[in-house]
Amino acid sequence: MNTTYPRPDGTPEKVPPVPGDAAPADAEPSDARRADESSVTTATLAPYRHPAQLDEEVHLRTTESAEARRQRLSTGALIGIVAAVMLWLVTQTSGTARFALSNALDEVQLPTISVPGLPVVLVSALLLAAACVVYVLPGMGRWRRWAGLVAGLALVAGFLSWAAAGRSLPFLVSNQLQGTLLLATPLILGALCGVMCERSGVVNVAIEGQMLTAAFAAAVVGSVTGSVTAGLFAAMFAGVLMGAVLALFAITYLMDQVVLGVVINLLALGLTSFLFDSLVKPQSGELNDAPLLEPIQIPLLHKIPLLGDVLFSQTILAYLALISVVVVWFILERTVWGLRIRSVGEHPKAADTVGINVVAIRWSAVLAGGLFAGLGGSFFTLGVTGAFNDDITVGKGFIALAALIMGRWRPGLAALMALFFGFVDQLGSQVQTMGTPISSDWLKLLPYLATIVAVAGLIGRVRGPAADGVPYVK
Amino acid sequence: MSTTTTAPIGSAADPAPQGLSLRGITKRFGTLTANDHIDLDIVPGRIHCLLGENGAGKSTLMNILYGLLDADEGTISIDGVEQHFRNPRQSMAAGIGMVHQHFMLVDVFTVAENIILGREQATGGLLNMRQARQKVLELSNRYRLRVQPDSRIEHLPVGVQQRVEILKALANDAKYLIFDEPTAVLTPQEIDELMTVMRSLRDEGRAIVFITHKLREVLAIADDITVIRRGKVVGQADASASEGDLAEMMVGRSVNLQVDKSPAEAGEPTLVVENLTVADASGQVVVDDVSLDVRAGEILCVAGVQGNGQTELAEVLLGLRPVLKGRVELQGRDLTKLGTRETIAAGVGFVPEDRQHDGYVSTFTVAENLVLNQVGGFTRRGNLRWDQIKANARAKVDEFDIRTQGIDLPLSSLSGGNAQKVVLARELSRPLKLLVASQPTRGVDVGAIEFLHKRIIEERDRGTAVLIVSTELDEIEALADRIAVMNRGHVVGIVPAGTPRDVLGLMMAGIPYDEAVVAAEEGAGDE
Repeated sequence: MNTTYPRPDGTPEKVPPVPGDAAPADAEPSDARRADESSVTTATLAPYRHPAQLDEEVHLRTTESAEARRQRLSTGALIGIVAAVMLWLVTQTSGTARFALSNALDEVQLPTISVPGLPVVLVSALLLAAACVVYVLPGMGRWRRWAGLVAGLALVAGFLSWAAAGRSLPFLVSNQLQGTLLLATPLILGALCGVMCERSGVVNVAIEGQMLTAAFAAAVVGSVTGSVTAGLFAAMFAGVLMGAVLALFAITYLMDQVVLGVVINLLALGLTSFLFDSLVKPQSGELNDAPLLEPIQIPLLHKIPLLGDVLFSQTILAYLALISVVVVWFILERTVWGLRIRSVGEHPKAADTVGINVVAIRWSAVLAGGLFAGLGGSFFTLGVTGAFNDDITVGKGFIALAALIMGRWRPGLAALMALFFGFVDQLGSQVQTMGTPISSDWLKLLPYLATIVAVAGLIGRVRGPAADGVPYVK
Repeated sequence: MSTTTTAPIGSAADPAPQGLSLRGITKRFGTLTANDHIDLDIVPGRIHCLLGENGAGKSTLMNILYGLLDADEGTISIDGVEQHFRNPRQSMAAGIGMVHQHFMLVDVFTVAENIILGREQATGGLLNMRQARQKVLELSNRYRLRVQPDSRIEHLPVGVQQRVEILKALANDAKYLIFDEPTAVLTPQEIDELMTVMRSLRDEGRAIVFITHKLREVLAIADDITVIRRGKVVGQADASASEGDLAEMMVGRSVNLQVDKSPAEAGEPTLVVENLTVADASGQVVVDDVSLDVRAGEILCVAGVQGNGQTELAEVLLGLRPVLKGRVELQGRDLTKLGTRETIAAGVGFVPEDRQHDGYVSTFTVAENLVLNQVGGFTRRGNLRWDQIKANARAKVDEFDIRTQGIDLPLSSLSGGNAQKVVLARELSRPLKLLVASQPTRGVDVGAIEFLHKRIIEERDRGTAVLIVSTELDEIEALADRIAVMNRGHVVGIVPAGTPRDVLGLMMAGIPYDEAVVAAEEGAGDE
């Protein structure tokens, strides 16, 4: 368990400058075999340093492990399949693809970009094929990261050009980007809840349940009080409350955390459905008609073409989500509380031996996480229609969980992954409105498919907090 | 300042005005009494060795002292004032510091983060890392324990990690420093260095408690010695005691520290490993171009500090890890293509390093564990033949002197030594070509060590090739016909038995044999 691995962000082939790597290749070992019993064989190694001088980090030579190789090849194969599909799409593409950078109502009108569909799709397909080759061939480690990026961009560009080519309406770029942030908002907040919990060593599979409960609370309290703010606070309270359930059983009663998470999700689903059916539905007018979050336009900044729409005329929730990313990062990396949260997530016993109360720190982290999940949950009611419905979160909590893992338990990266899922989600609905031949049901699958592919493609390389999911018993 | 009590227990001591004193400490876990009315006096300016076998209750006692466990009975007082430690924070506040056997360091944290953890200097909850680094450097200079504040623990050699652990205790200005089995993971040279540190801390007026089961170390450094056996203080001594006396006190009977061993009559190479390279999941090369052979009727010991690739080497031989490059051949047959089951069938026996984890199923009975790898031989038409399994168990219990209340009891009821006997008995119960044993006597009491060593040598004399992975130089001295020393995945050299300890120690640090011999001679000249 406690062998030392480098953080997964280091590229595999890099770190070879261990002195003394150049052990004699051939001659030495066979000599060793023939050596007489009394003789001594030695190998050339790093120059000796007295232990007292040894205070620097040592790194073993690294190479590609069997796991990494399998990972690389399967990623390559996946890109290859996508490239093949893209090549096929070339035959299905005709006409010009148009991308509108501005909406009709914008003050400043940016031009609509027109590209010939077929060549772009073809180039995308070729780029994907090239990326596939980079992945499949060994010894191209340096290029791999770029190849992955190129493949991703080529996929998006090729897919969009195919979808937009020959259509009467242009693809609305600003809508796409605006929708990305909008749809990513609950995912970002949900993932941040996960970051807080799991960095402290508590696995949180219950983000979904926390968000669902919060969505319900926001709708009801928002409807009763007629205040969005009250709704938001109610949502946070609900998120924290469900967090407390998680904390109580996971930390205090040492229950298996994955099973517990599933149970909490079911509890949330059953509870909200029951309350919704028996209390809320009969009086929908009073109890399920909450006011909506209004977009807040940031003075001046919202007038920036393209960016203004995307970043500066969102609801308070989207701003809060972005700010929360920084806040969570700051808490974890720059505060005493954060250092302690990380320590109990990695090695609770070590924390205990320096007098840190492991149970209290974990409780605090899980409750704090509940605030973010609650905010995220409020999106589904206050941010969309103001009304609650059965299972309104439709598994977004699990996508947030995927974003957390792909984001390697780091707030910034997790938020980036949440944005990726938001992007794919929005893409599905955009493409649908443009009238592509793909059925809308398949397009609705898109974010979930993307989740599976992305998690399968990346999860092999990540290492979470060492004590994640391990209850602490003195 | 001599408060060493040579008086027998019970008639103990007028209340010691100075220092830390434990009186009548008792701790029970269920029916087991881990500490039975233990009295101990720890005096500033002296090194007090707590000697005892694995499971004698040393660590329990120190965990009570450190506030990690509550005592059922007894009192702890410092300078005559009674203390009640409910958690480490309170004991640290009273000036007690501990260097844990398994370092209490967060692997992914830096040195500075580890040292300040729990006593962060902060303004308004914000970490002040610059000040923390400064503090680490000051401590490091003051105690001449070299560390770099920004190194990540997981990238540091164990010796340096231990320095961090010591600095952590000193950062708190601990007056009473407990070292729990600190030498287990160190090379002999690092042990010397550690002893120098301990002496200088003592000379500063701190009290040192040194917990160990290694007699050699005790005699090298102790001012006072307390021996614990089965939770009781069985005697006290000073540094003039002999190794034999201490061993007898520790074990409760006279022990033969040296196993009789005739020179090996080595035959043809049974196991040939050539240019073996193995990487772990993250791509680190843990076994790097290793070539060695083990001949029939010979014991090859692989020596090295924990974590230098020996464990992985042993696992590869059993087909438990994928091979990146190189050959492993058992009497000409390529093992790298075989799975573990085929490897076992090919005549390889394996005593894993972590027996509780990999060696047996602790909830299974003794009888079941004795046939785990050969259940097929005890079945008829798919049904287990319990009469045979039990007969087998009775025979093995006799043959290997396995002390158990019954063969139907779960293995978890056995002591470490007896559990290991079960593992060895099982592995030796079929004809072997090669026996691979990782740390065969780790956590095993002295009496059982003697027995296990004897059986391994008997197996060698039967013509089996034996490969032992060990970090204990005592064990290597007792068993090895040849010694392969590993450092950071490489075989530094293969040397004959009888190579001096300090040479082996230097080789464990990565120095080739020739240079190690020269350096060791110079080292000896210095003293």
